[in-house]
Amino acid sequence: MEFGFTTAAYVVAAILFILSLGGLSGQESAKRAVWYGMAGMALAVVATLIGPGAGLWLLSLILIGAGGAIGYQVAQRVQMTEMPQLVAAMHSLVGLAAVFVGFNAHLEMGNVLAMDDAAKKAAEGFAALLAKKDGVEIAILRVEVFLGVFIGAVTFTGSIIAFGKLAGKVDTTAKKLPGGHILNAGAAALSALCLIWYFNTGGFGPLFVMTLLAFFIGYHLIMGIGGADMPVVVSMLNSYSGWAAAAIGFSLGNDLLIVVGALVGSSGAILSYIMCKAMNRSFVSVILGGFGGPAGEQMAVEGEQVAIDADGVAAALNEASSVIIIPGYGMAVAQAQQAVSELTNKLRAQGKNVRFAIHPVAGRLPGHMNVLLAEARVPYDIVMEMDEINDDFPDTDVVIVIGSNDIVNPAAQEDPNSPIAGMPVLECWKAKQVFVSKRGQGTGYSGIENPLFYKENTRMFYGDAKDSVSSLLPKID
Amino acid sequence: MKIGTPKEIIEGEARVAMTPDSALQLQKLGHECVIETGAGALAGFSDADYKAAGVSVVKTAAALWKAADVVAKVRPPEDVEVKRLRDGQTLISFFNPGGNEKHMAAAAKKGATVVAMEMVPRISRAQKMDALSSMANIAGYRAVIEAGNNFGRFFTGQVTAAGKVPPAKVLVVGAGVAGLAAIGTSTSLGAITYAFDVRPEVAEQVESMGAEFVFLDFEEEQSDGAATGGYAAVSSPEFREAQLAKFRELAPEIDIVITTALIPNREAPELWTEDMVKAMKPGSVIVDLAAEKGGNCKLTVMDEKIVTDNGVTIIGYTDFPSRMAAQSSTLYATNIRHMMTDLTPEKDGKINHDMEDDVIRGATVAYAGEVTFPPPPPKIQAIATQPKKELVPEPTPEEKRAAEAAAFKAQTRNQVTLLAVGGALLLAVGLVAPASFMQHFIVFVLAVFIGFQVIWNVSHSLHTPLMAVTNAISSIIILGALMQIGSGSYLVIVLAALSVFMAGINIFGGFLVTRRMLAMFQKS
Repeated sequence: MEFGFTTAAYVVAAILFILSLGGLSGQESAKRAVWYGMAGMALAVVATLIGPGAGLWLLSLILIGAGGAIGYQVAQRVQMTEMPQLVAAMHSLVGLAAVFVGFNAHLEMGNVLAMDDAAKKAAEGFAALLAKKDGVEIAILRVEVFLGVFIGAVTFTGSIIAFGKLAGKVDTTAKKLPGGHILNAGAAALSALCLIWYFNTGGFGPLFVMTLLAFFIGYHLIMGIGGADMPVVVSMLNSYSGWAAAAIGFSLGNDLLIVVGALVGSSGAILSYIMCKAMNRSFVSVILGGFGGPAGEQMAVEGEQVAIDADGVAAALNEASSVIIIPGYGMAVAQAQQAVSELTNKLRAQGKNVRFAIHPVAGRLPGHMNVLLAEARVPYDIVMEMDEINDDFPDTDVVIVIGSNDIVNPAAQEDPNSPIAGMPVLECWKAKQVFVSKRGQGTGYSGIENPLFYKENTRMFYGDAKDSVSSLLPKID
Repeated sequence: MKIGTPKEIIEGEARVAMTPDSALQLQKLGHECVIETGAGALAGFSDADYKAAGVSVVKTAAALWKAADVVAKVRPPEDVEVKRLRDGQTLISFFNPGGNEKHMAAAAKKGATVVAMEMVPRISRAQKMDALSSMANIAGYRAVIEAGNNFGRFFTGQVTAAGKVPPAKVLVVGAGVAGLAAIGTSTSLGAITYAFDVRPEVAEQVESMGAEFVFLDFEEEQSDGAATGGYAAVSSPEFREAQLAKFRELAPEIDIVITTALIPNREAPELWTEDMVKAMKPGSVIVDLAAEKGGNCKLTVMDEKIVTDNGVTIIGYTDFPSRMAAQSSTLYATNIRHMMTDLTPEKDGKINHDMEDDVIRGATVAYAGEVTFPPPPPKIQAIATQPKKELVPEPTPEEKRAAEAAAFKAQTRNQVTLLAVGGALLLAVGLVAPASFMQHFIVFVLAVFIGFQVIWNVSHSLHTPLMAVTNAISSIIILGALMQIGSGSYLVIVLAALSVFMAGINIFGGFLVTRRMLAMFQKS
């Protein structure tokens, strides 16, 4: 098929992808948007398969089919609470694929450069493209390949560690090898040296060494970021996988790869930025390893945590006319979303105004809580963002905090020395009564003491979130 | 124990400390009740009523004091009554312990126990025996009624066939118990009611009663009532000036002024000065509930009603509760009965005078031969300290506009700088890079730009689907692998094949999981 047709198909595919991302601005249009994405992808793959340069298309189809079967299984089986792990795992695949494609580009480049003019003319596909390149273009190509492999490799190991942390297979606390940032900086500097080496010689050696260094950087970078910062990490890796695709697109001279890579890359970057803003953290400090130390003596927390049993909570709920529920990662861990949904239905059936307040960084993935609540059939129009609902707390009778901690920590506003000082938080303590469903008395993910638990209008409802909420259900009438 | 109530000695005091109802309740505690003949007559309770309630009636005061173990009365005891006190006897009444050391010492010397009703601490638990409040409530109500009695017009505004009647304007100074009662009575009679208090936190209570709180234009740390057990404290001279200026401004239009401002153990502050009285319209009425302590208006004559030269009536009665003896006796007797309940916790007719109890200790001024006044401060604070509220001034429209303009300017400057820097960078790249690279580069920059524009609109709740879908889309890397898989080299084919396989997982996994998620979002 003609080259022009392929390009035309790419243009259509690119537009479909843009529509697909743009459609996510609303819940209803999003349902359409995902189909646009699928159509775009199908079009792109078919156009490439029948376009110039592709061969072995039967093998390709079989491989896509096999991969697709696995992907289908995974997509059907995955629990919504495991979404963060899944996304991280899939990022690692993109990263590794980018590394392989980069290697291939290098190998092809070697082959083509070794060819004589006659062979160059006879070359097909990607090789044909390479054959046309002059010296400067080859040099640029080397940089592009190098960058693509570097970003891909960082994405690969980084995503694997992120997956491990999110799945609880790797210790979630921030850990660094002795040397800390210096190690990262050293590895990056060495990679830069490899770039110069590679630029001059074009040998596989520097590329390979750099790949190993990039693997290390990815590993060490994510190991050094604490579990509470995972939403940023995941969106950051998302961004990386996009940039890797874009860099590979440059080296292969494929515009669709560039467009889509850039879309994904900027999307991830914006998400990371939004997350960082929601935590009042500088983006740089998060990607370089989480928290800075506390600026001074933290305010001592006075008072005591007062426990309450299910009867007490149920009585308060029965009397309340407005209720706000603040879910956090704890709800996901305990798989309590179904019970919470049932509770919501019961309360709403009595004409109470029940709403959910979602902090931008609640959970381990941007928008994690929204997905869990949607899975449990909580209507999305009662699920509010922080800015929409923060002013309503003073008029609210009962707030139930389920498994969240830092996002409802008044220290962010009251204690200038707190590590989370200045982070926007849900001001639930302004409500008449707050119930905190929590496993035990420990501090949260970030290890910061939460004065909310000691407030006069706060009662601690200890126990597994799912059991706790379920025990409330028969008592609501 | 025998609880006895004598007839009040003081001329004009109509109240009585025991009613037939309270006597019945006292008997349930295991006590016996005696009363002097005719004690309740002025309050509307006859000896026959008392007899019917099981109270024995004695002929003389002397006999009563002799018979009773506990004497409950209203007014502070007179000399002759203190003389009648005996060892082991308990006296429950108002006592004015701050200004009555002579009698306190005498009572203590005799070994009598004296419970002063005005000393009951102002804590929630003790409200049921807070006689000051129950009497103040009556005084506030009665003050409005007295004012109305002396005011030649309606309280409420009316439009009648005979013409339009403007509503009366009432100013209540001091929003304590009496003040709030006065506000309630006045608003329910239909007057336009204003109220003032030095404690700004009572504004809410005032407004809840239907009156308008008079705010002063004054910047100062105003103490709330928490430190003084809910009573007002002395205010600074500057504050007083601001307050008087406000009153002066109000005086000409106010028809009725009811002043209730009292500061514990001090002379009443002068709040309604002579010139304010002069500024008032003829026919206006001032009721000074602080007359006993010198009056909030200096023209007030205690226990009398006077009319000034410009026709303003000033009422200085101090016996408002006594003027409603039936009501006040009922409430006071109930306060006494609650005090007895606390004093006989076992309900066995035996008094257990527990000096560890905050309420009892606070009210007791003489016990076991000692004067026990003043009491130590109560362990429980009456009212929680109010956190200071910070007032953020609303920005004026001009300020808002200026801020918006400044923000717009800053935004423009940022954008222009960004564009300039970005453009310069692009040009710099273009200088060195070959045309084939620039073609792709343009596509790249435009795509990043589109990405930024599009992603900002993605709703927060869809961030997870966004991640999943971008993840699926980023497997576009499969195109690269597909282009390479046709290569001659086996190594390339193997690597490309692996990439195709992995990207395949990603495409299907990513899109399907996104679809699954999105299908779950639903409207209520």
